[in-house]
Formats: sequence, C-alpha cells, structure tokens
Amino acid sequence: MSGKPKLYYFDGRGKMESIRWLLAAAGVEFEEEFLETRDQYEKLLQGGSLLFQQVPMVEIDGMKMVQTRAILSYIAAKYNLYGKDLKERALIDMYVGGTDDLMGFILMFPFLSAEDKEKQHAFIVQKATSRYFPAYEKILKDHGQDFLVGNSFSWADVHLLEAILMVEEKKSDVLSGFPQLQAFKARISSIPTIKKFLEPGSQRKPVPDDKYVETVRRVLCMYYDLKAN
Amino acid sequence: MSGKPRLIYLNGRGRMETIRWLLAAAGVEFEEVYLETREQYVKLIKDGSLLFQQVPMVEMDGMKLVQTRAILSYIAGKYNLYGKDLKERALIDMYVEGIADLMQMILTFPFSPPDAKEKNIESIKERATNRYFPVFEKVLKQHGQDFLVGNKFSWADVQLMEAILAVEEKVPAVLSGFPQLQVFKTKMSNMPTIKKFLQPGSPRKPPPDAHYVETVLKVFKI
Repeated sequence: MSGKPKLYYFDGRGKMESIRWLLAAAGVEFEEEFLETRDQYEKLLQGGSLLFQQVPMVEIDGMKMVQTRAILSYIAAKYNLYGKDLKERALIDMYVGGTDDLMGFILMFPFLSAEDKEKQHAFIVQKATSRYFPAYEKILKDHGQDFLVGNSFSWADVHLLEAILMVEEKKSDVLSGFPQLQAFKARISSIPTIKKFLEPGSQRKPVPDDKYVETVRRVLCMYYDLKAN
Repeated sequence: MSGKPRLIYLNGRGRMETIRWLLAAAGVEFEEVYLETREQYVKLIKDGSLLFQQVPMVEMDGMKLVQTRAILSYIAGKYNLYGKDLKERALIDMYVEGIADLMQMILTFPFSPPDAKEKNIESIKERATNRYFPVFEKVLKQHGQDFLVGNKFSWADVQLMEAILAVEEKVPAVLSGFPQLQVFKTKMSNMPTIKKFLQPGSPRKPPPDAHYVETVLKVFKI
C-alpha cells in the first residue's frame, strides 16, 4: 500500500477530472484504477466500496470517499486550499459552485446527439460569456489581487482555471472580452504544480471521445438518452 | 437592519427549503423576501445582488451568499453542525451530497409533464429504497447512535430528516423496511428546534402546487 490517494473512475475526465486537478495543484501524487468493464464495476459494488453505488470514488486516509464535492472539500481543507476562515471558505464554496455549474454543461456534452451538441455548444458559450466569466472578471478587477480569495492560492483558482480551459476547448477566443481572466489564466498556469499538470505525460485526461462515451455507457448501463439544456 | 439572515427566494420550497430547515434546526431566526414578479428578479440582477444571476440568495454576516451548498456549509460551520474535525466533515459532506441527489428528483418533480409524474414517483421510490435509505439505515445500525456522525447532531441529520419527510409525501409507506430510520425520524421530530419547525405557523413551506410552478416559470422566464 503506497499511502497515495487512489482514484477509481473511467480513463477520462468526467467528474473525476476536477479531483485530479486539485490533487495535482496541491502537489499530491495519486494512483488511478480505470473502470473498463461492467464486471469491474459490479465487483466494486458487491465489495461495498461505493457508498451510493457511484463513482468517483477516492481511497484516501483510510476512507473510501464518494461524492465529488465531498472529496474536493476534503482535499482542499487538508492541503490548505480552502481559505483561512469560515468567510473565505464561503467565498470559495460560492465561486466553485459557479464553475461547477458551468463545467456541468460541458460534462454531458459528449453524450449528446450531433444536433443537441450544436445547441449545447451555443448554450455553453452563452452562459460562460454572459453569466460566469463576467462574475469572476469583476471579482478580480474589484480587488486587483492575483487570486480569487484572500490573496492566497485556493481551490477556487484551480477550479476556475479548469473551467476556462474547458470552455476554450469549445471556443478558443472565448476570453477575448475578459482581460482579467486572461491574466489570471497566464498566472495560474505558471504555478509550478499546475504547469507540470498541463504538460504532456501528466495524469490530466484528454477531451472525451466516442470511446470514452462508449465505456461509460457500457460500464454503467446509463446515459443513452441525454438531451441538451 | 435586524441582523437576522435574510432569505431571497420564491414563496415556496425549491432550493431554499433545505436552508430554512438548517437555520431552523440551529435555532436561528430569519427573514424572507419573496420573489413574486419578474420585475423584482430583474431588479435584483441589475443591483448586482445575485453573483450568478440566481437564487437562492441569503444576506448574512455582511455577505450576499448564493449557491445553495455554499450557504448550507457556511451555516453548518457557523452553528457547529459540521462535525469536530476534517474526517467528520468529510462524512457529513458525503451524506448530505447523497441526500441532495435524492432531493434533486423531488425538486424537479413539480415541473415534469403530467404523463411522466407516475413514472417519476416510481423512480423516487426506487432510489430512496434501493440506494439512499439503505445507506443511512446501515450507518445508524452499525454505530447504534442517535445521530449520523460523531454521536452529535449535525447538518447530515437535518438533511436526512427533511428528505425522509419529502419522500413520504410522495410515497407514504417508504420507511416500512427501515426500522432505524423510523426511530431516527421520531427522535428528530422531538428535538425542540425541529419540533417547532414542524408546527403550523413556522417558516416551513408547503409542498409545491400549481401556483408555485407558475410563479417559477414566470419569474425566471422558463
């Protein structure tokens, strides 16, 4: 047993990707077990490893943690990426809630029909540029600091960078009206742990493809009929 | 200014109801401002009060908090309903997130088309009895304590109590296979702050009706 956190998920982004980002940002090495067959999943279920029969699951500090938000909060607190007090934590939780909603629209994208993908693409860009990016742009402009909360690197910064990059994959010039976010992106990307995660060979997963969608559907027997927002 | 938290939402359960439960359970009095028209909502957005143009929003301790989870975590942290350390907090977070997934089905139910309602009730029943309630039944059975985490009343207990009652409104006999949860429900109902919240005249909102659905669709232009 290595003592490193162990991630149980598909070999792809999905809901686990934010956890990979946060562990990487905190400089924490982790192992991964990839679900490829229904059998593997059923074995995990029968073994009682999945509290609500779902993944992500992360073995960490003697716990089999499930529920993405719970896992992320635990990691953030453990590695001092959760602010210095209750109020800073509230701000971080708020900001992460926003980027989570935005990334949620992208999460389902690969599972949509070609027609719905077009609709969803427009929806993602519209929400990013009229709801979410303006909020974070203003926060950064108002306090003029390098990081979103408390002048200190936190989970909120990691999550926002992840969201920015994901939206840029859909529309490469999406940050053109957001100078603060452009500067933020450059700054956070150059933090050593993040820089390392952004380099080839890291545990960062690529944009989900058809093979990923097939695997998820096969393993979970779900998500055959998702519709656009 | 009263110093009490101020809840901005519609006059109905929706995503704000869990916040009402938690504040009530913590014995915290609060005020409410009800959104009834689109104009009120648009004004809130123009005033810059809604970070992501959404409600719930809770004014408390000088902040205009949005995002249901952020609000609940803050309240839990402030009023000592979040466990004694990181690991207890992790358990509470896991449990409340699971319950929130179940509650999401109840949240969306009033907005589903009439011909889907029976199927949706079946889904709620299936998930409650096969995925969520067995977990909490087992947790309570294994440690034999009154509360879900750390032998102490926490956010997780409040959230589970809310979910039990909400599912029972749809599936009245849902707890029949869960003796621990039946005892839990009784114990929670007798806790003074919760007992008060369950009495008529409290800020607890009734199950959503057609008028509530209408208001939501009108205010948010869905």
